[in-house]
Amino acid sequence: MIDVTLESVSKRFARTGDTAAVDDVDIAIGAGEFFTLLGPSGCGKTTTLRMVAGFYFPTSGRIRFGAEDVTRRPPNKRDTGMVFQNYALFPHMSVAQNVAYGLKIRKVRRDESRRRVAEALEQVHLGGYAERRIDELSGGQQQRVALARALVIRPRTLLLDEPLSNLDAKLREETRVEIRRIQREAGITSIYVTHDQAEAMAMSDRIAVMESGRVQQIGTPQEIYHRPANTFVARFIGRSNVLTLPVVGATADTVTVTLPGGGQTTVPAPTDHGLTVGGTALVSIRPEHIGLGAATEAGALSARVTDLEFTGMATHLTVDLAGEAVMVAAVDVPAGLAVGDQIGLRLPANRMWVVRP
Amino acid sequence: MTVAPTAANLPPVAADPGPAGNPGRSRFADRFRGGTTSTWFPYLLVLPLALILWGYVVQPMLATFFESVGTDGAENYASFLSGDGVARTSLITSLIISAASVLLCGIVGVAMAFLLKRFSFPGRRLIEAIILVPAALPPLIGAISFQLLYSETGILPRGLQQLFGTAEPVLPFSGIAGVLVVHTFTMYPFFYLAASAALAGMDPSVEEAAYNLGAGRVRVWRTVLLPMLTPALVSASLLVFMTSLASYTAPLLFGVDQTMTMQIYINRTNGDLPMASTYASVLGVVSVLFLLGMRWYEGRRSYRSQSKGVAAHRREITNPFGRWFALIGSVLATVVLLAPVATIALVAFSADGSWTTEVIPSRYTTENFRTIFTEPRAFTPILNSLQMSLIATVGCVAVGVLIAYAVRRLTFVGRGLLDVAVMLAWALPGTVVAINLISAFSTGNAFSFGQVLIGTFWIMPLAYFVRFLPLVFRSSSATLAQIDPSLEEAARNLGASWWRAFGTVTLRLMLPGVLAGALLAFVHGVGEFVASVLIYTSSTAPISVEINNRMYSFEVGTAAAYGMLQVVLIFVVMVVSGRLETGRRSSREAAAWTN
Repeated sequence: MIDVTLESVSKRFARTGDTAAVDDVDIAIGAGEFFTLLGPSGCGKTTTLRMVAGFYFPTSGRIRFGAEDVTRRPPNKRDTGMVFQNYALFPHMSVAQNVAYGLKIRKVRRDESRRRVAEALEQVHLGGYAERRIDELSGGQQQRVALARALVIRPRTLLLDEPLSNLDAKLREETRVEIRRIQREAGITSIYVTHDQAEAMAMSDRIAVMESGRVQQIGTPQEIYHRPANTFVARFIGRSNVLTLPVVGATADTVTVTLPGGGQTTVPAPTDHGLTVGGTALVSIRPEHIGLGAATEAGALSARVTDLEFTGMATHLTVDLAGEAVMVAAVDVPAGLAVGDQIGLRLPANRMWVVRP
Repeated sequence: MTVAPTAANLPPVAADPGPAGNPGRSRFADRFRGGTTSTWFPYLLVLPLALILWGYVVQPMLATFFESVGTDGAENYASFLSGDGVARTSLITSLIISAASVLLCGIVGVAMAFLLKRFSFPGRRLIEAIILVPAALPPLIGAISFQLLYSETGILPRGLQQLFGTAEPVLPFSGIAGVLVVHTFTMYPFFYLAASAALAGMDPSVEEAAYNLGAGRVRVWRTVLLPMLTPALVSASLLVFMTSLASYTAPLLFGVDQTMTMQIYINRTNGDLPMASTYASVLGVVSVLFLLGMRWYEGRRSYRSQSKGVAAHRREITNPFGRWFALIGSVLATVVLLAPVATIALVAFSADGSWTTEVIPSRYTTENFRTIFTEPRAFTPILNSLQMSLIATVGCVAVGVLIAYAVRRLTFVGRGLLDVAVMLAWALPGTVVAINLISAFSTGNAFSFGQVLIGTFWIMPLAYFVRFLPLVFRSSSATLAQIDPSLEEAARNLGASWWRAFGTVTLRLMLPGVLAGALLAFVHGVGEFVASVLIYTSSTAPISVEINNRMYSFEVGTAAAYGMLQVVLIFVVMVVSGRLETGRRSSREAAAWTN
């Protein structure tokens, strides 16, 4: 069942002139889904979220909650619960008063309100903090109060605008697990905005990757990682090599290309790839999918190591493959490998994927 | 023109307290080079500063108190408690005027802040640019312009009378109502600036969070915006209350005799110094209590949030009715804001004695300006003001910069006291400062090198120095707060002595703020009236006193011509300090709290 729908939504701001902050976006989010808007800063993800919340109205297009058209409905009539990037807690109220604010507006009876506030604070592990002042809390605690405040009203949709970006790395990981747990328990449709692709991959049911106001790709984390729609997605999600290779054969869902340094391989491609013999294809392959071997190994492509970086989990190499710089991430590298050495690269065909520009 | 001498005086300032360290320099020169690291160094710098503040601010205040109890003991004070005396009435009237001023300024100031910061409408920018104009006028000129505009013989009531053909002037303001008009127009900026700063510092997403949780507009105002503005409103209220209490020119011009400040003036001119001192002591104590209250309140929390700076959103007024309404309102506001200056300018070109019962003067001439510049007797006050104000400004810079440095950067016992002593000079009403100086220096004492200062030239610049020292201190201190202390440490690390590091790095970076403060002190000195009128002699009469005298002898045109001179000087200075980029904010802040 579809819960939140954006139909060709665009937003232009008067001060930015003709360029659209959000450009013809179509998104359909299922009930209970954890949906992420992912992209670099300025890509329009926050603007999109704020249109769902009702702080901006789209210049064109419709927004629906279920069957209801809410395009021009004011924010206070939308029944969404939003967690702001900087938490936006009311500094003149205690923790409990903050959480109770939405319940008071909804005219929830005093005793029930008290019970639900206590419950919500318990849920975010802040049971003993009800009477604290906001400025007595740490960043992580403030973040959880904001989450409790948004959840306690049992909103139809939970909106999260980079809620983890002000936390330190360790807390960020703990909190994202917490958010996901609470969201699952409540079974609440959630829209999450982030620029952190690791966060998006770990948390989301589905992700919309945005750039320059446009949706580049919508899909599950696996689809987006393994089958990026274009070079932007390939490079933004994780790290990726995108090689420009001559096409020597094409079927409905494969393309045969010539590899740098000789040899041919047949690579899976989207059905609408539109490539023909004589053209060039953009082929992406992840650094960790490239195999390393001896330079003399049969079927391997010979390359020269130009940079070498040990990160603990893996070794990151940059190699020169017939004039192209290629990134390789390997768990095991031959002992004593040094810059300038010749090595062999194995590019598995099933790990490669044809992307659009 | 005014910039050069003040700037030229800056380098000696840095070296000024040098003599304090000079005796025996050869002996502990090495230790002295240890500069800020040696524990007694701060005291060496602070001691002369503390002596100055003691000698010219605190000690005169005590002298006034002793004066008030000297002859009759506590009898003078008893009159404040007795049922129907002038003293008691004056105190109550002063308090009522102050409370009413707070209310009126609060309504006008907060409404203006909300309109200008939250809405976008035609004319908004213009109003924002001129919103502080009435408050920038020197107190006497401000009060005179409002008298010329709104009193029984004023332009507006007479204009309306003519328009409607009534027998009496329409809507004339007189007495306390007149005083309140002046206070509202000149003091609402306290609320306006405080509320707009609070609105600007407020994280818009806090408001959005309330909407998101289902609150309507009224509810958001009641439960989120107003509570978050409370700290700003409380401190603005205290400021307005204090300033109203100290207000002297408005009651003088609108003939409200029974206020504290007027009673000080009346008793002093009647030669009853002990009674004047009693009033001054009571007013001084009340002012100090307010100062302490303000400092206590400032120390508490204020709600500024750590937002990532989402642009403050202004709501565009879109419905056509609202736009017309806004446009008419803007035009009206512009006229009202510029009317005082326009009136002074107009009257400055009117022939003396030509304006009797007409709405505006009937005959115009440039004679007034020619008179004040060419007639030697008329030019003396201008010379006096410039000279006395310049001397005071030099003193203010020398002392103010060093106190700012000491308070911000050095650690020593009594730092808080030094800070309070400077702010004391700011909190004391001008009339009280004058009475204090009269009490302290009508006989010679150590701080006047045994000389009697009353009746001499030097008492005037001294009074200006005491009154405007806090201006330089505040703007220097505000600039200093923005300079990273590690810059000076870097200079020291690279081998500069403390003096050199201070002079070449810290003072150099402070310069815009110091200059802005100095300019401000200078124009305030040129416009000073409240203290001058109690201590001037015929040979040291400054411009404002001359204006007042001319008003009394119905030479309104000449009086306004002098006034125009002050106004032009102020606007030149405002433009110049606007250019001193870092000085801008601090001077604006400082400008907001003297009247």
